[in-house]
Amino acid sequence: MTMEGTKKKNLFAKGGWKNYITYIVIIAFLAIMIILNLTVGLGRGDKSTLARIAFSCILAVSLNLVVGFLGELSLGHAGFMCVGAYLGCFVANTLRDATALPELVVVIIAMIIAGIVAAIMGFVIGVPALRLRGDYLAIATLAFGEIVRCIFKNLKIFGGAKGMSTKIYNNNTLFILAFIVLLIVVFCCQNLINSKHGRAVIAIRDNEIAAKAMGINVTFYKLLIFIVAAFFAGIAGVLYGSTIGTIRQETFSFNYSIEILVMVVLGGMGSINGSLVAATIITYLNILLQNQLSGSLAPVKNIVYALILIVIVIFSNAPALKNFRESINPKAILARISKKKPDASVTRSDEAKWDRIPTKINIDEVLSADTRSGYADDPVPPGEDVVPMEATKDELYRPLDRKEEK
Amino acid sequence: MSEYVLETQNLGISFGGLKAVQDANIKIKKGQIYGMIGPNGAGKTTVFNMLTGVYLPTTGTFFLNGEELKGKTQEQINHKGIARTFQNIRLFSNMSVIRNVMVGLHNQPQYKCNFLTSMFRLPRHFKIEKAMREHAKELLRVFDLEDERNNLACNLPYGKQRKLEIARALATNPKLLLLDEPAAGMNPQETADLVQIVKKIRDDFDLTVLLIEHDMKFVAGLCEEITVLNFGTVLAQGKTEDCLNDPEVVKAYIGG
Repeated sequence: MTMEGTKKKNLFAKGGWKNYITYIVIIAFLAIMIILNLTVGLGRGDKSTLARIAFSCILAVSLNLVVGFLGELSLGHAGFMCVGAYLGCFVANTLRDATALPELVVVIIAMIIAGIVAAIMGFVIGVPALRLRGDYLAIATLAFGEIVRCIFKNLKIFGGAKGMSTKIYNNNTLFILAFIVLLIVVFCCQNLINSKHGRAVIAIRDNEIAAKAMGINVTFYKLLIFIVAAFFAGIAGVLYGSTIGTIRQETFSFNYSIEILVMVVLGGMGSINGSLVAATIITYLNILLQNQLSGSLAPVKNIVYALILIVIVIFSNAPALKNFRESINPKAILARISKKKPDASVTRSDEAKWDRIPTKINIDEVLSADTRSGYADDPVPPGEDVVPMEATKDELYRPLDRKEEK
Repeated sequence: MSEYVLETQNLGISFGGLKAVQDANIKIKKGQIYGMIGPNGAGKTTVFNMLTGVYLPTTGTFFLNGEELKGKTQEQINHKGIARTFQNIRLFSNMSVIRNVMVGLHNQPQYKCNFLTSMFRLPRHFKIEKAMREHAKELLRVFDLEDERNNLACNLPYGKQRKLEIARALATNPKLLLLDEPAAGMNPQETADLVQIVKKIRDDFDLTVLLIEHDMKFVAGLCEEITVLNFGTVLAQGKTEDCLNDPEVVKAYIGG
């Protein structure tokens, strides 16, 4: 009893439930979907949409490690996903033929192998590529993504240009599996970022020279993040294969890498929650447009998609709309409602401050103080604030105009 | 073990045809606070950059406690025990004050921890995080920054940012601390405090300090010995008072 009590306290000690809000929201979302599926019954398309959302989230979160936290631009994320999808599903196909393992086990083994292979690719690409910086790294990773795609296009063993067919995972449980994997990925990424290793990574982003001077092994951490991101992208590849049934190399083109990058940028670089939200919205938007604008309207799809993206970017980032954004920010609204009455205690302590501070300054001493005179032995010059020599007594003693409480 | 903590032998570097530093021979005894002064562009920061592995010296070499460190990377040199601050402050500006110091603690052997341990939140992760936080708090207390620990580093006033840089460098547990213009941008009171702080950390952390400073009062108040650089060459070396009264040094500073 007591043991359990203390454990719970530790879990919710600092920040309380806020630390776990991401998991709570994901689990709640999943629970609602499961309940809907059991009662109303979701359509086949809806369920695959959910799975797509989950693996898009995985891709966005993992790319956010590289772009948002490490601060390196990578345009080859779809390449890692491609490696994972082809090799993972190849392993899954072989396992299905050779053994009678249950489907779930097959997919999990495939995911692990896909992740490891993608991570190895991440290492192989990372060693030379991370010597580059900024734009050059972006071009190198972009080239990597295209090379991988072309290799799989020309390998007969993986179906060549026709694509490789895999088994679609049970439609009823695929999205549950995908969301559980997403939860694990978010758990790993958040923990990594909120640890000493994450601090080192963010330090490298903030100031690489200082990070080196603090003895942080910059190459190791760049590689580590690159590898971890590739690992998760590989896993997402297997989920993709299990959703779609046929893996086509065109999917993993440069466009897809950019789409993942758009999710990361829209969600806010360095924000895992943001990536999750943006990935969900963009994936859903994509599928929605695909379904609504089919047939002769298909060419319009890209235009509408691009327009919506532009509107979202302007809305979320334009400085001119800052006030508008703040006015609809739920946090700000809550704060305004709760702070309607001026807090008496705050006002009083403010007044107390202003009663005290001016009396502390000996005005003649301030005005006569020569800042250039020696200080090592002299008494400490009064006050930290630099008082302009022209300041008169009246100016000094005039209380600050306190803003009226609205 | 050598008598000197830091010993440079004919240390020099040239960028193309420009000889930025030539034949610098600096010997610093353990526990000393050693100054390096000189007009702008004299090569003081270049010496620092060579000592921390940013630049590879083209001539000469240097030793820390008798161990040659020339050719090592910045990380390795830091692990060997040289830590530095920067002339233009280089804090991790989007991190809180305490996290800046915790980055400095990253490589301490007692806080070693595998990344998988952190990823899966094994008990050791929590233990280390707690210990690091306490350690960082103690370091911040030395600089009177404890109350600011949850503020972003970029929101601190200039003087406190400088102090935080020193705290962060101290966190790497150095034997030799290089301070690049620590008093720049501080008001007279802060500078006076800094003199006391540098003396205190020298004693408490068993340090040797090499510092660059333009504020002659600060140098005179702290350093027992100094080296004066001018156009990359050593102009004078020895006891602080002798150097500052050397006519050559006065000429270099004032001109004539």
